[in-house]
Amino acid sequence: MATTLTEEQTPPIDAMEVVYQRPEALTDVPTHYCPGCGHGIAHRMVGEVIDELGIRTQTIGVAPVGCAVFAYNYFNMDFIEAAHGRAPATATGIKRVFPDRIVFTYQGDGDLAAIGTAEIVHAAMRGEKITVVFINNAIYGMTGGQMAPTTLPGMKTTSSPSGRDVEATGQPARMSELLATLPGAAYIVRRSLHNVREIRKARKAILTAFKVQQAGLGLSMVELLSSCPTNWGMTPSDAMKWVEENMVPVYPLGDYKVVDAVRDL
Amino acid sequence: MLNGWIDIHKDRCKGCGLCVAACPKGVIALAEDQVNAHGYHPARLEDPEGECTGCAICAVACPDVCITVYRMPKRVEADAPAVAASA
Repeated sequence: MATTLTEEQTPPIDAMEVVYQRPEALTDVPTHYCPGCGHGIAHRMVGEVIDELGIRTQTIGVAPVGCAVFAYNYFNMDFIEAAHGRAPATATGIKRVFPDRIVFTYQGDGDLAAIGTAEIVHAAMRGEKITVVFINNAIYGMTGGQMAPTTLPGMKTTSSPSGRDVEATGQPARMSELLATLPGAAYIVRRSLHNVREIRKARKAILTAFKVQQAGLGLSMVELLSSCPTNWGMTPSDAMKWVEENMVPVYPLGDYKVVDAVRDL
Repeated sequence: MLNGWIDIHKDRCKGCGLCVAACPKGVIALAEDQVNAHGYHPARLEDPEGECTGCAICAVACPDVCITVYRMPKRVEADAPAVAASA
């Protein structure tokens, strides 16, 4: 049977039921992300969680600067583009004006862990009731693969061609551990996207993070270890293996702060 | 008996191969003989034996949200052995 590439296909047996499809919280457009980029997985999980909680029309997102700068095109809800690194400050303003809305930021490591470190730290200190989705791929993706504060020791990037020298540039920024020390943070966890089991755990964490905001417990953040096949110079599958073998030992997965009230949600 | 089936939005697929690596039955492959609108070889279901169970692991792994998963309802599955026996 000849089919054109754009033709939508229907299952061979009419009785078949749809068990998995695109969430309503994502717009029906292709993304600009490179093949195999973890951003698409993270977008989908956030979309699924928002659909599951039925909060799409009450949710306001804040987009970062970085590869995810066009996130406002992909989420089917109200979105604001923040200045580089300032998403938690923008979200603070929105949440204080509209305390009944669900406000989340979606930030990469160049945005949250470099230029925007002050904003996320102070948002956590103030205990802002926002949710942060933090994508850590240990490199500046959009600008061409330069070294980030999260780059692993010895990792080669375009601005550290012989590997990151920890004597000159310090150790990787472990943001979850840092933010977990602040009293205003209610839920700080790190998950990974390197295989389906970890993706499912990450989705559960994002669900909990949004529930923490609904309960008004404080700042909730899910750090997601993700890949950058283009700037790492690997195939998407190899990049996922690299996350598991190299990033997870430096950024251990786990719950860094979970206040007691979260367990009752 | 066909239990599962997936529809891959071919023009949205970027041919990253994460679904190919994730599929526990190994029934997804990149279509080396096809090129989509963006110039990638899209993934497709190659399942002549009907091994797909509709587990949706491919869809969970897909970064471009281009896989829709279908599965036979449980009620019909229960009837299936009787149909197979009479055939």
